[in-house]
Amino acid sequence: MNLQTLLHPSAPAEIAPDGEACPALTVENLSAGYPGNREAMTGVSFAVRRGERVGVLGPNGAGKSTLFKTIVGLIPHHTGHISIHGEDCRTSHNMVGYVPQHEAIDWRFPVSVRDVVMMGRLRQIGWFRWAGRRDWLAVDDVLDRVGMLPFRDRQIGQLSGGQKRRVFIARALAQETDVLLLDEPFSGVDAAAESEIMDMLDLLRREQVSVILATHDMHMAGQAFDRLLLINRTVIAYGPPREVFTPDTLSRAYGGRIGVFRDSGQTIIITDEHGCPGHDREEE
Amino acid sequence: MDFLLDPLTFTFMQRGLLAVLLVGAISGVIGTFVVVRGMSFLGDALAHAILPGVAIAYVTGGDLFLGGLIAGLGSALGISWLTRHEAVKEDTAIGIVFAAMFALGIAIISTARSYSVDLTHILFGNVLGVSDSDLIIMGGMGIVVLGVVLLFYKEFLVLSFDAGLARTLKLPGDLLNLVLLALLAVTIIASLQAVGIALMIAMLITPAATAQLLVRRLHHMMILAAAIGALCGATGLYLSFYLNIASGPAVVLTTTALFVAVFAITRLRERRAVPR
Repeated sequence: MNLQTLLHPSAPAEIAPDGEACPALTVENLSAGYPGNREAMTGVSFAVRRGERVGVLGPNGAGKSTLFKTIVGLIPHHTGHISIHGEDCRTSHNMVGYVPQHEAIDWRFPVSVRDVVMMGRLRQIGWFRWAGRRDWLAVDDVLDRVGMLPFRDRQIGQLSGGQKRRVFIARALAQETDVLLLDEPFSGVDAAAESEIMDMLDLLRREQVSVILATHDMHMAGQAFDRLLLINRTVIAYGPPREVFTPDTLSRAYGGRIGVFRDSGQTIIITDEHGCPGHDREEE
Repeated sequence: MDFLLDPLTFTFMQRGLLAVLLVGAISGVIGTFVVVRGMSFLGDALAHAILPGVAIAYVTGGDLFLGGLIAGLGSALGISWLTRHEAVKEDTAIGIVFAAMFALGIAIISTARSYSVDLTHILFGNVLGVSDSDLIIMGGMGIVVLGVVLLFYKEFLVLSFDAGLARTLKLPGDLLNLVLLALLAVTIIASLQAVGIALMIAMLITPAATAQLLVRRLHHMMILAAAIGALCGATGLYLSFYLNIASGPAVVLTTTALFVAVFAITRLRERRAVPR
């Protein structure tokens, strides 16, 4: 984590004002939902610059997972627009890498760690072709970047929770994407795995990969992100942590479920939210 | 060696041996998908659902393969249509279609005179009645099944392991699932004479389940399941010859015996590996 960016977060990105490159991800006036809750979120707009790390915060059921699933196309959106480097997400070849909070996966499935990561390269390989030497090298390269190369021949179910998480992040990176959505990557992993994932995120920032990460961890949110997106069915606030963490915005997002105290320059936030696995189920 | 070669002086045994080797191998490949995707109920249902097609072909003297294929594909489409909007749960839809088709098939066969003998052959197989032209058709079906699996292997792998990823990668999942169902139907038709409708599911899942106990990657599981299927097919055929038992059950019981043996050995090894 670069201290400079922490202390001086630059101004919020506007949508390509004067010849500057398009934002990595632009979401405009997005409304989406699923059967049973068609209006899970409405009027969501924000833009994420290249290499930026954005934390998505909000109470349980605020629509964090819905937002992510809509961006990657798991939930169709009827109104609004999502673009990746300026191209519409439905036609773009730049696919967003996505690591869900709960993988619906049979961990006994006969695949090795390398096989799982290779799945991310499906589109790079193309129809009617088999993975070649270049693809295996690319897979080993991303496994090395997430520190999982020594485990590449293990069956996927033989890994710990944090290791599995890193393999799925590697799989998203193998898509050769520079926009990564991580839905609560820290839920259900121990402190060691958390710091390993955090190191990996720092590496990704140096590689100019934009990371959008949902979290419940207020402490981390205040420190580890360039900008925070506070949502509760719509955007409550979007900006650097010190602008987002105000008593007003927090109480608008969390209602009565949060307490904010200011004491001689220190802000204390008390929340009853906890990110234990299975707690943030918004559907299924 | 004589006990291996003697039975092959009969041409029906030569054809039977080729048939079980072929059926064992392709059932192992498709059965691998059936096992890892948890589709054994669907596989069993589809095997039973081909009966009306086979029965009509039988009564009218038409082509058994074609009749079965039409009924199988029709049932597969019917099941996916029923479950389309999640109005009916998948296993319920499978149960409804499977029982109805099976009943229809038996009703049709019951109009024929030699009803009970024919039904026994269709239900439990009659590998020694395989003709040369049957073998050619079965071989053709085997080539189609293996060819399509090779062509779409990595897509089938992604779809089977993580349907969510398949969707984010914009794979045509519904179409690929339908292709896989069609391959399953073709495999079932090709295996009809070897093991029969009622025992088909064993050829699909038992060799694949045995292979899964031994290897850790999907294509290894497929190759091993095919080898186990072929080996058990041949062993079962010899057992049926020497012990004078029906060939279908002999093949199935051989696969079961191997599964039990491998299961016991792997469990023992695991228990030894765990430190006390």
